Amino acid sequence: MSNQIIPVVVAAADLHQHLATLKGEGYDFLELLTGVDWGEEGLGVVYSLTKTSDGTMTHVKSVCADRENPYIDSVTDLWDVANIYEREVFDFYGIKFLGHPDMRRVFLREDWQGYPLRKDYDESSNSDICLEAEPISDMAVKYTIKGDGTLHEERTPIFTDDDYVVNIGPQHPSTHGVLHFRTALDGERITKIDPHLGYIHRGIEKLSEGYTYPQTLALTDRMDYLGAMQTRHALCMCIEQAMGVEVSDRVKVIRTIMDELQRIDSHLLFFSCLAQDLGATTAFLYGFRDREEILKIFEKTTGGRLIINYNMIGGVAHDLHPDFVKDVHAFIDHMRSKKVGLKEYHDIFTGNVIFQTRAKGVGVLTKEQVISYGCTGGTGRASGWHNDLRKLRPYAAYDRVKFNEITFDEGDSFARYMVRMKEIEESLSIIEQLIDNIPEGSIQEKMKPIIKVPEGIYYSAVEGSRGILGVYLESKGDKSPYRLHYRSTGLPLVAVMDTACRGSLIADLITIGGTVDYIVPDVDR
Amino acid sequence: MAVNKKAPVINNIPYEEFKDNETLEQLIQELNAGGVNVCVAPLDKLIDWGRSNSLWPLTFATSCCGIEFMAVAAARYDMARFGFEITRNSPRQADVILVNGTITTKMAPVLKRLYDQMADPKYVVAIGGCAISGGPFAKSYHVVKGVDKILPVDVYCPGCPPRPESFLYGMMQLQRKVLVENFFVTTNRKEHDPYDKAMDEQYVELLNAQEKA
Ligand code: SF4
Repeated sequence: MSNQIIPVVVAAADLHQHLATLKGEGYDFLELLTGVDWGEEGLGVVYSLTKTSDGTMTHVKSVCADRENPYIDSVTDLWDVANIYEREVFDFYGIKFLGHPDMRRVFLREDWQGYPLRKDYDESSNSDICLEAEPISDMAVKYTIKGDGTLHEERTPIFTDDDYVVNIGPQHPSTHGVLHFRTALDGERITKIDPHLGYIHRGIEKLSEGYTYPQTLALTDRMDYLGAMQTRHALCMCIEQAMGVEVSDRVKVIRTIMDELQRIDSHLLFFSCLAQDLGATTAFLYGFRDREEILKIFEKTTGGRLIINYNMIGGVAHDLHPDFVKDVHAFIDHMRSKKVGLKEYHDIFTGNVIFQTRAKGVGVLTKEQVISYGCTGGTGRASGWHNDLRKLRPYAAYDRVKFNEITFDEGDSFARYMVRMKEIEESLSIIEQLIDNIPEGSIQEKMKPIIKVPEGIYYSAVEGSRGILGVYLESKGDKSPYRLHYRSTGLPLVAVMDTACRGSLIADLITIGGTVDYIVPDVDR
Repeated sequence: MAVNKKAPVINNIPYEEFKDNETLEQLIQELNAGGVNVCVAPLDKLIDWGRSNSLWPLTFATSCCGIEFMAVAAARYDMARFGFEITRNSPRQADVILVNGTITTKMAPVLKRLYDQMADPKYVVAIGGCAISGGPFAKSYHVVKGVDKILPVDVYCPGCPPRPESFLYGMMQLQRKVLVENFFVTTNRKEHDPYDKAMDEQYVELLNAQEKA
């Protein structure tokens, strides 16, 4: 199965119309928006749209030839998530989106010079240590085009004079990493959130363009470190499918098991941190105690606890440890036992009346909102959106196992929490179905010493711990990628915080942030 | 008469098993060279013993290493056993900042401010390749190549991420460093004394310069 995509090229003038028509045809989920610098051809954007009904995708490309002053129509009126995606493209490529309500930088400092992902970016234009506090503008910028073809810049204040604005972050223990929310309050109620990202923006996509394919693998584990297996799986799968390499059955099963272990690992950490943020320290300790068991299993086979470096292009790095099957069985029994494991979590935390009052009915998101914001994973499923890629577009060994896609209709924090707890059970059952009959076979296909991907654009996605994790790979046939873009699972989740929190108490921000479950290094990349 | 500082001994690991004892010995030699006050020295010892066993870290983590740090704080590795008791969320209450994770250009001023907000005596431990040198991201356009470019680092703890054992080892090295310090004479006087003569002179100079202008 090839994963090559051939985007439809649409002139910038017709773009908005074209995308609106596609949306009318059922492509209602903007899965990915990728900025690309095509050199001579100009700067441009690739839109990847998905039908939520059956998961089919279509891709649209639009180029602006003018490198000095590139602009494209904004699609923020069609999809809410386009707001933050377009700001990202503006930040890295300098493409202005006409009609976008808030065209500011989102990752880099506002006084940053140049656009780093352009091919002609000069690395020396910014010093890497800058100790003055960063300037933060209070004005949202909106560009529109005037009759004579020049751009008109319109500035509106983000907050009004009466708003009481509190800064949460970048150093705050409950933001799960370094993230900055400027929060406007009316009494104790949140009226608006203006997220500032990029405090852990490490430039992984730009770095990858200078690395060979095997080297790019090294950075994936460090993005979403609680989805390390899955991110790396996605990239390996993308490269393998692009090259037409078929991995053995054994590798497929091993990857599936590892992905599921990783998902449990992530959900356990989710549980622990949520409990800790809400003041339940004991629950935190229980969650971490069980998480250590998974780390032990990982360590025996791969040698790593958190950063695992296990998947390789064409297979996996090491064969399974002789104890693997035994350890996994022990872990499953432990999690399901009548006294410890999941039972204990429900006893100590789920049923807790304080937690229930703080979570039920708090931060409700409707199904339309999560689709428009592209909130995949547990957050989307808690609002009734069936978005599980393992069901929609099965990969690896997911077509041969039986499991339920957990969804809820409430869309509140409690539903988001329960989705994850239930998913642990489903993951355990997936692992159980596979663990006793791992097929024999080679663990690594023979690859050429220098890996080159044939020219083209490729897209593959897996179901990560917190949503759809896609890899957009554009190759010119060299030994390093021309453009490598990750669909961050967390970016839409941060974008939705404003909508989810409006009208809630400021203390609820912690609950909502905890339950939508973003990981900041994955947001910032 | 001078009471000489001795090699620091902590409960958990014998002295000889530590690496890099030379640095400590050099430190001790420097301190001894100045001579130590007879009255203050025993008090010093007592206070250093107390301080070294209650180093409270700031909850500060930017990325992957931070998750390992949480594992160190949690059930299995339980750093409270060694006196790193609980993490503090406010820099005003913390003794040591563990720089867990990559520091980016945008984060650097924030980190510096956090450090400045901590009360003296304060320590910095650089955890993981990223904090030491930029690690896997050293070539990036948005990463600070080592926190020692902005903060004075006391202990480096390599790894990507360091194993929890390695975290604890690094923290014990810090304990030993704290043990050999002269609390009364130097450590609690790291910050500029606002009533310092030199400061006064500077201030007068500044005033004069302003008047002239
Ligand atoms: S040293 Fe490694 S594990 Fe630690 S923050 Fe850097 S990349 Fe992550």
